[in-house]
Amino acid sequence: MATKGIVKGIISNLVTVYADGPVSQNEICYISLGDIRLMAEVLKINGDNVFVQVFESTRGLKVGAEVEFTGHMLEVTLGPGMLSRNYDGLQNDLDKLTGVFLKRGEYNFPLDTERLWGFKPLAKAGDIVEAASWLGEVIENHQPHKIMVPFVMEGSYTVKSVVAEGEYKVTDTIAVITDADGKDYEINMIQKWPVKKPILVHTEKPRPFRLLETGVRTIDTANPIVEGGTGFIPGPFGTGKTVLQHAISKQADADIVIMAACGERANEVVEIFVEFPELEDPHTGRKLMERTIIIANTSNMPVASREASVYTAMTIAEYYRAMGLKVLLMADSTSRWAQALREMSNRMEELPGQDAFPMDLSAIIGAFYSRAGFVYLKNGATGSITFIGTVSPAGGNLKEPVTEGTKKAARCFYALEQNRADRKRYPAVNPIDSYSKYIEYPEFEEYIKTKIKGDWIGKVNQMKTLLQRGKEVQEQINILGDDGVPVDYHVTFWKSEVIDFVILQQDAFDKIDSVCPLERQEYMLNLVMDICNKEFNFETFLDVMDYFKRIINICKQMNYSEFHSPQFEEYLTKLNELLKEQE
Amino acid sequence: MATKAFQKIYTKITAITKATCSLKAEGVGNDELATINGRLAQVVKIMGNDITLQVFEGTEGIPTNAEVIFLGKAPSLKVSDQLAGRFFNAFGNPIDGGPEIEGIEVEIGGPSVNPVRRKQPSELISTGIAGIDLNNTLVSGQKIPFFADPDQPYNQVMANVALRAKADKIILGGMGLTNDDYLYFKNVFNNAGVLDRIVSFVNTTENPPVERLLIPDMALTAAEFFAVEKNEKVLVLLTDMTSYADALAIVSNRMDQIPSKDSMPGSLYSDLAKIYEKAVQFPAGGSITIIAVTTLSGGDITHAIPDNTGYITEGQLFLRRDSDVGKVIVDPFRSLSRLKQLVAGKKTREDHPQVMNAAVRLYADAANAKTKLENGFDLTNYDERALAFAKDYSEQLLAIDVNIDNTQMLDVAWSLFKTHFKPEEVNIKQNLIDKYWK
Repeated sequence: MATKGIVKGIISNLVTVYADGPVSQNEICYISLGDIRLMAEVLKINGDNVFVQVFESTRGLKVGAEVEFTGHMLEVTLGPGMLSRNYDGLQNDLDKLTGVFLKRGEYNFPLDTERLWGFKPLAKAGDIVEAASWLGEVIENHQPHKIMVPFVMEGSYTVKSVVAEGEYKVTDTIAVITDADGKDYEINMIQKWPVKKPILVHTEKPRPFRLLETGVRTIDTANPIVEGGTGFIPGPFGTGKTVLQHAISKQADADIVIMAACGERANEVVEIFVEFPELEDPHTGRKLMERTIIIANTSNMPVASREASVYTAMTIAEYYRAMGLKVLLMADSTSRWAQALREMSNRMEELPGQDAFPMDLSAIIGAFYSRAGFVYLKNGATGSITFIGTVSPAGGNLKEPVTEGTKKAARCFYALEQNRADRKRYPAVNPIDSYSKYIEYPEFEEYIKTKIKGDWIGKVNQMKTLLQRGKEVQEQINILGDDGVPVDYHVTFWKSEVIDFVILQQDAFDKIDSVCPLERQEYMLNLVMDICNKEFNFETFLDVMDYFKRIINICKQMNYSEFHSPQFEEYLTKLNELLKEQE
Repeated sequence: MATKAFQKIYTKITAITKATCSLKAEGVGNDELATINGRLAQVVKIMGNDITLQVFEGTEGIPTNAEVIFLGKAPSLKVSDQLAGRFFNAFGNPIDGGPEIEGIEVEIGGPSVNPVRRKQPSELISTGIAGIDLNNTLVSGQKIPFFADPDQPYNQVMANVALRAKADKIILGGMGLTNDDYLYFKNVFNNAGVLDRIVSFVNTTENPPVERLLIPDMALTAAEFFAVEKNEKVLVLLTDMTSYADALAIVSNRMDQIPSKDSMPGSLYSDLAKIYEKAVQFPAGGSITIIAVTTLSGGDITHAIPDNTGYITEGQLFLRRDSDVGKVIVDPFRSLSRLKQLVAGKKTREDHPQVMNAAVRLYADAANAKTKLENGFDLTNYDERALAFAKDYSEQLLAIDVNIDNTQMLDVAWSLFKTHFKPEEVNIKQNLIDKYWK
């Protein structure tokens, strides 16, 4: 018997309900408003009073409206056919909604129930299986999509039968499995999972160590992120957060990319809708949209489902990870999610923490980031979720609760800096404040040796030291004046400028420069570090500036040219001639 | 507003604060409007049969036995072609002495556009001001504010932009506008002979501040009518959004909400986003472009209002007085149009993106040189050339009194490069140098 209730009070989207039976925390209910039903989630229970947050506007809602509880928490529906879709925060398929404007209370089924999938069995009768065991696979946008024993099933089962290879709908039974008591369960391609609970179906979660190539030099070379790693990008508005995030999502070497547009601009999502079906995945040559899922809860969509949207995205990521795939999850921006939590906490009259955010904000962020990671599955395969979130710190001040909470949870920190952005040094990632903890992992060092010969990490560290030194020298020059320091100081400064202009800066809007494969990054870093390791002799500091500006100009032209093209080699010759002048 | 036969009149108010009245009533919907002795109020809280109403005009002089009538609807506006050329108050009632509007009644603050139904903005808006068109190109369907101190001529620049933008309709939402500024807009539009393309919703400093909260939604409801029903290109001017946010803070304070940064309500981001995100390019051709003003206090953009705005809008335009040339300029460092790459070099000449970036980079070099100069250091020859460039750049391109077309702007920029620099100093792709360095 489903519990029913009656609306007793309304403050914005916080509704008080009198319930006539058992209700659980975070349970989903539907509130009737005329002939539409509004979805809501239980936030607090106090005696007969149940406080629910409605995922939509409560305009016109009246006391006495009927409420129906569903008996389950907020769930996502998992199955083949999610790739290339555009969902809202509650996993409604936005393309299936009618009309230009969103309508309240319109919900739909996220999968296509008519489409036929070519199913290939992977298990056979007699196999012992458990939750997440692979029963078979279908090909979804050229990638294998495993049909698994539903994650909710506990204990072990014996496969009774698996259907033969052939075409099936998601709702067709593809296998029957039997539990220890001899009870049969029919399995189809659809399963459900509550978004707030992590899907734990792996045997081991080691420290991640495999480089996740993004084609962005300031990340891959300077502060690399790894498969299953976590990172975050804080930055004041206008410093290029979104451009950097889009660049990563376009170029990263991942099987699946999930983008959670959480409380951000709708036009930015539109940009993805327009570009991704056209752009090619640099690793497979297929269209980017084929590997992408978009969860869009833009800033004008209901605030309450903003929180749900990041969890929806993470749960879908976990589902694909259980298939042994490399998933990249991007959330823009986690600050908006935190603000949604703040609005609700405020309405519930909870005692506020710093900046009126809920007290447990840092714990909530930590728990969420910990759902990412590199895992060994029970069948020995590996899968990963790399999570990169952006943070929009109020007033650009990194000492605010969301940034501080995230800093504790994420292992890579890409600090966008107003000063760099003002000077159009994009991506405006500050090379000195930013860090990647992974570069210190011996496992990562081992791994990178299989990709790049020589002492790569040593070179990267040398580059960082030179950048730091360049900054110090620049400060001294600013204090003492150009004439007040030895000419050597100017050489050091300009060497750091070469690194900045040639390695760190990258034109995200240039066809060639925007993607820099690892091989090319290796080449350019070697080239630049060779220049930096040279001894130079100049008469005056003016000669230093002139000379290095010419070097920078040639190297930049190289960045704009096709790798090893005649044009590229021509600039290289010019560069070598210029370097000879100094010998 | 006439009472209908079945409407129940309540006459027992149980509590009154500066901004709200509470009473016991039944069958009331959330967000519904009511009148209290003729003053408009809106339901903000329902607890059983205890109803709390927010009174827009304030509660001064309201007695406990005031007549309260619930209207059974949320705030709404009658929309039709008759809106064109008219001036209204925050409630959508005419203030120009003309007749009431006949049309379809639409609730304001309506639903959002489904993001998959939006079209990517791609139409350039030319203003003739190089500080905008060259460095921060505007696109139809964009939302962008001017960040300016109260003493800067933002309303004048905005009026200029509006008149040159070739919009089908211009909708002015004035919040806390001084009477002088209101008359300024009225005169400018009148003199330009475009009054029939203008719709104005105005709350001046003489009106109660809480009324302002209705202005953006009124203006945007009218905008949606013209953009959706008539497929028109609509430009919405909102000045000044800081007054709007201040009104939000007043209400939230009186509702005993816990303030977050700078005494602003915790929901400020969502409240502002709901307004700004109404900017859209519709697939059928209509569009809503929002140009707003956010006044700053002493140029501080870290205050909660400009800060939240910056995260929502697609860029911002900064006005600054440049003492070297004695003119107000559009600051190239702090201004940004996020949509410019959709048109720059695509709808404009190919060299636009690179020229724009190079000029700003050189201007930054000049700023460094200026710091050196101020600190009493010797300038290099390059520094001196950069400073000379900056002065010309500021005067010929950044100043708000510039009015030339986009190609001319690019030509001026190239001629300035050539006057002050060598090709290898500007860091522009070689093929463009070959073509335009003449």
